[in-house]
Amino acid sequence: MSDGDRPLPNRWKRFSEWDDRPLRLDKFAAEDAESGFAAFKSPHDPTPGLAVTNGGVTVMDGIAAADFDMIDWFIATYHIDPEIAAEAMAMPPLDVARMLVDMNVPRHVLVRLARGMTPARLAEIVGLLSSLEIAFAYSKMRARKTPGNQAHVTNAKDDPLQMAADAATAVAFGFDEIETTMRVARNSWSNALACAVGAAVGRWGTLFQCSSEEAEELKIGMAGFTSYAETVSVYGTEKSFIDGDDTPWSKAFLAAAYASRGIKMRCTSGAGSELLMGYHEKKSLLYLEARCLCLQRAMGVQGTQNGGIDGAPVTCTVPGGMRELMAENLIAVWLDLECASGNDARPTESEIRVGAKILPYLIAGSDLICSGFGSILKYDNSFNASLLNGEELEDYLVLQRDFEADGGLTSRDENTLLDVRARAIEAFSAVVEELDLAHPTAAMKQSVLTASGSDDTRSFTPRDATLISEAIEQRGITILSVIKALARRGFETEANNLLQLVRLRVSGDYLQTSAVVRDGRVLSAINDPNDYLGPGSGYQLSPQRRGEISTIRDVLTRDQVLREEAIHKAPEAKRIRYRTIGPAAAGNVVQDIVIGISPAFGSTLFRTVAGHPLSDVVRHLISGIAEGGCHARIVRMQHTADTSFIGLSAARLAGSGIGIGIQAKGTAVIHQKDRMPHNNLELFSNAPITRLEHYRRMGANAAAYAHGHLPEPIVVPTRGEALGSRYHARVSLIYAIETALTIEGGAPQEIEVALLEPPQ
Amino acid sequence: MTTAKLTTADYPLAERRPELVTGKRGKSLDDITLDAVMADDISMDDLSITRHALHQQAEIAADAGRATLAQNFRRAAELVDVPQETIMQIYERLRPGRAQSKAELVQLAHDIEQRYGAQVIAAFIREAADVYDRRGLFSKRF
Repeated sequence: MSDGDRPLPNRWKRFSEWDDRPLRLDKFAAEDAESGFAAFKSPHDPTPGLAVTNGGVTVMDGIAAADFDMIDWFIATYHIDPEIAAEAMAMPPLDVARMLVDMNVPRHVLVRLARGMTPARLAEIVGLLSSLEIAFAYSKMRARKTPGNQAHVTNAKDDPLQMAADAATAVAFGFDEIETTMRVARNSWSNALACAVGAAVGRWGTLFQCSSEEAEELKIGMAGFTSYAETVSVYGTEKSFIDGDDTPWSKAFLAAAYASRGIKMRCTSGAGSELLMGYHEKKSLLYLEARCLCLQRAMGVQGTQNGGIDGAPVTCTVPGGMRELMAENLIAVWLDLECASGNDARPTESEIRVGAKILPYLIAGSDLICSGFGSILKYDNSFNASLLNGEELEDYLVLQRDFEADGGLTSRDENTLLDVRARAIEAFSAVVEELDLAHPTAAMKQSVLTASGSDDTRSFTPRDATLISEAIEQRGITILSVIKALARRGFETEANNLLQLVRLRVSGDYLQTSAVVRDGRVLSAINDPNDYLGPGSGYQLSPQRRGEISTIRDVLTRDQVLREEAIHKAPEAKRIRYRTIGPAAAGNVVQDIVIGISPAFGSTLFRTVAGHPLSDVVRHLISGIAEGGCHARIVRMQHTADTSFIGLSAARLAGSGIGIGIQAKGTAVIHQKDRMPHNNLELFSNAPITRLEHYRRMGANAAAYAHGHLPEPIVVPTRGEALGSRYHARVSLIYAIETALTIEGGAPQEIEVALLEPPQ
Repeated sequence: MTTAKLTTADYPLAERRPELVTGKRGKSLDDITLDAVMADDISMDDLSITRHALHQQAEIAADAGRATLAQNFRRAAELVDVPQETIMQIYERLRPGRAQSKAELVQLAHDIEQRYGAQVIAAFIREAADVYDRRGLFSKRF
């Protein structure tokens, strides 16, 4: 498909190379308001405005009350607070925009004003902010102080055994909520049982939802398996709403129905849904979304899953699309709604766009940063791949560490994760055996334990899941039967965890805005309100939490470097012997080239960062020098560990005036006695890719310089690897070992090197 | 029933005012233990939210300045004792084109009000009937 290798006469080859990058799989759309492709502004957007007579809205955003559609009517009746409207709508939009980014204006002042503003005005104001300002305002305006995150837990086979293990894994990583859905609709009860049991492993309090058909979802909730719902979608145009087979009243009724069952609930809306449904009315994405959000506040839901959601990919095709997604999230939190801020449906194949998309949310924090981080592999995600998935979870953990930002997750070591997976598999197996739903074999369990995804498992099939699912439903199995089954089989901890979770319903505390459960306590916008008022306020990483975020696997320490070096000490002693003769004197033999070695070279450190034993390096340097018709002397420097100065000092001691300076890590230089320290003849700075052959040729070139020739400089080929990221941590630790061995004013020492026969 | 309205200072109720929290059959939070579950002393009813709890949460939401959320909790309070099938029937009737006339929804509102004393919900359904009528939602959808 690519002509990348063969240059075309009339095309800059770079374009062919760009064609092959993942980015080019993304398709971009021209801005075209008539077709609904406009992020912030369309000529068809109404002018913001509001008229209130006798406490009732008579005109809103250019529409008279008699012409209100269902959405207008609902917003005008339930969202607009007539007592605030006059004041709020009279304020210059730019003044309000500035208040949003003014750290001295408390959140509650702005939340109050939003209650008097129309959708068009809210959209107009956030449209005045840059991406940076939106992110900042979001951080200040989000409702709960402590940030959190939500995971998808699904798999391509609807295999409940894997689901239980993956739910426990997601809980271990720290997700506050997990959401599942099915490949086959009938498998919902099986999914629900598996995730409920899996999520009870390790700790209690992870809220769980099973996204399915409305009536079914409510039934599963009533049986006690799930604790929240977020599938109640709303739309910004009347026709889209009707095509979605609902009205604001039917959805608001559903919202009340969930609350009446003690189940936490949020609505879903996002830019692009009206575009995808074909009824955008030529309005901008943001204006339509502002309508959705005002409607949600009007309905009385505590929160929203918002930020494109399924419409995120189409939104990201237009100019300003990602900024728009941030802007609509800002309106959501400004309206005092909990915000599960999107970052789920994967809007791009470009990893750079993925990283850029998540960053503002990570550093701003959000009630739930992702409304579905794919904790499983992409192909196992039954919602479709997320912005971030199992594949990239470690990247996210590192981003938290890089920016010292709480993204809601914590690294776990291999043993911990294997333990929770094993526990979840055993707990789920105990439940299905005890309830006579299924009998997982040892082979099934083992395959799930270590499986990264469903390609690796030999476990339940989708049909098996259907049989389990239908049995749960038909037999009226509730969470109480599950709790009892767990306890009977010795899983008291998990039984208790599940009981604690369903017990939350009795008080209804977690129905309040932005509620999650942390350390056995309900934390919401009421008892953990975002109180940001500038630096030092709002959410701060505790020392303990900072420690958790900093702890990732495979972190290098000085002791580890020294331990690894010590392993090579004995083998090197069999290959080379360094004997100190005494202070080195300036030579007068014109064929003499001095190889200056660093303080730790062969004494504390024994190989280059490329992994070459220093004995081999010395052997190749000496033989290269000999091939060039010169003779090598070895001198150990004590006064410096710097390559340039080692090389220059070596050159000054050499009869030829040519010296080689080399550090234990393999960085080397060819120097001449009359040159400035950093103006050398040849530098070999990329030690990780410098091979023994290069050291031999370095010796030969040094000899050529000694003879007054101008050899071809040696080029160590690089393909642009990020060598710094791979080696600099180790290099810095190694170099510190070198510099610690330097002696102020210490004289260079003549060394007699004996190269021993390499052991056979 | 307490007379003074609850405020955000009483939240979370399970922590700050546990004496106010009881399940449908009067069980307190402390009564809901694993031992009680194993002794078959706990039913799903004991793990359900009550009308009373929803009104308490409505008071707290209102005190937090969230009037619409409070109203949602009040609607919910009226639905606590409405059976699941009825809930799903009302929901279904409120969807576009399901009811064929305004009168049909008005009748539904009347029934709910009579049967369950759900005045807020009834008013909400009547309001929907008016708007649906004006927006032509009673036309048949194929």
